[in-house]
Amino acid sequence: MTINRRDFLKISGAGAAAAAFSGCASMAGSPRAHVVVVGAGFGGATCAKYLRAWGPNIDVTLIEPNDKFVSCPISNWVLGGLRTMDDITHGYDKLPAHGIKMVKDTVVAIDVDKRVVKTQGGASIGYDRLVLAPGIEILTDTVRGFKEAEAAGKVVHAWKAGAQTALLRKQLEAMPDGGTFVMSVPAAPYRCPPGPYERACMVAHYLKHNKPKSKIILLDGNPDIVSKKPLFTDAWNTLYPGMVDYRPNNAPLAVDGGKMTVSTEFDDVKGDVLNVVPRQRAGTVCDLVGARNDSNKAWCTVNLATFESTAAPNVHIIGDSVLSNLPKSGHMATNHAKVCAAAIVELLAGRQPDPIPVVANTCYSATSDGTSGYVANVFRFEAGKGYVSAPEGGATPKGDALNFAYNESWAKNIWAEVLS
Amino acid sequence: MSKKTTLALAGFVGLAVSGLAGAADVHTRTLASTCMTCHGPGGHSQGATPSIAGLDKDYFAKSMKDFKAGTRPASIMKRHANGYTDAEIDAMAAYFASLK
Repeated sequence: MTINRRDFLKISGAGAAAAAFSGCASMAGSPRAHVVVVGAGFGGATCAKYLRAWGPNIDVTLIEPNDKFVSCPISNWVLGGLRTMDDITHGYDKLPAHGIKMVKDTVVAIDVDKRVVKTQGGASIGYDRLVLAPGIEILTDTVRGFKEAEAAGKVVHAWKAGAQTALLRKQLEAMPDGGTFVMSVPAAPYRCPPGPYERACMVAHYLKHNKPKSKIILLDGNPDIVSKKPLFTDAWNTLYPGMVDYRPNNAPLAVDGGKMTVSTEFDDVKGDVLNVVPRQRAGTVCDLVGARNDSNKAWCTVNLATFESTAAPNVHIIGDSVLSNLPKSGHMATNHAKVCAAAIVELLAGRQPDPIPVVANTCYSATSDGTSGYVANVFRFEAGKGYVSAPEGGATPKGDALNFAYNESWAKNIWAEVLS
Repeated sequence: MSKKTTLALAGFVGLAVSGLAGAADVHTRTLASTCMTCHGPGGHSQGATPSIAGLDKDYFAKSMKDFKAGTRPASIMKRHANGYTDAEIDAMAAYFASLK
């Protein structure tokens, strides 16, 4: 029987089996494994940290093209004037102290058989297990005229926090009192189910205090408000009466950055600021291993107890790219990351991963500069069913000051959990 | 030896060695880690959310069970407590009590 390194790793983790290799005392020591994580967002950075915390014999390389972490959660608050870009921008400088090797680069090829990733910068990096955490790719082609309007700096999605968030804030500041802010919501599934409606609240908050004659038209590609409906409708009715014109079943088909219109099947809607959020799919890097393998070739199907791709062995996918009944959010990405890290530690040690992982989800949305509401659920994995929401989770019907304080605290804690 | 056989064997040996307690520890550790997202790294909060590292085991377990029963007023914590078994709550209590 020949034992390659992988088999040895699997067997040696079970102490008794390792001891059975008599005379191989040195082998029973601490064989090292290498995990490469692609993408240092909420999912990837958390996974890297927990792999190091739970797998001291695991070397971790984290590949990320950006210098800074810009948080999507709380980015709506920048639009409302509650926070600045600086407040939501954080460094990666504390991650190396966990023993994580940071590589600033982009993965351009993956050899699943040889278990090697290749980067734009020319590096070839081998792995025992690979974790892909790229977030979303925004399908700008699905709304006619969007790419041109985006390139001209006229229309943004701002659905990845960063330069577009800052530009959208500037556009709002330049908007005249009495103007119209038009926002479109993509058909689900998309990143951050309550995000569009929180954004409408934050923009309404800004307009109410600065340009009170203005209006918001929310063109929703869904038949109804996707998340926290009682919370948002209460806020629109009580805090911003008459300001938010909500139109369900109004998917945007085209945008014109010259005429400043968004066209739906029914109407050409004119606005002073247009914020069009196109549909999305799993991040581009997932396509390198054929992992966008759901029926629409958009999202990645995985074993939800380990987050290993059903398309590529030894490749795990976490975060918004995953197809599941779990909401696509930064908070859930950290949960994927922890379940995935725990599973990888067990698999590399030759043990069975936890077959029934349980995770908690918490999601706050602000409705003004002093009120927030939440939705919270515990999700329990069940074989054949995926994650099942435990009974009696749920959402607050009305925003309040206590939950605004918890919302602020949540942001501080999740940023520290992911990055410090 | 096929890959599948190796995996199955390794898994079996692993369980036999670590026993069920070992498996439960990984389960508890993972679910407890998901609490840190709101309660701060290692259970040390940086904001208005309470820190939970080093809480007395009995206090932790009683709090969660009271949230669940509705006998202690709570905002979000009832929603969370509802989702756990009493055994999971006891295991989390021991885990957080052990954190410094």
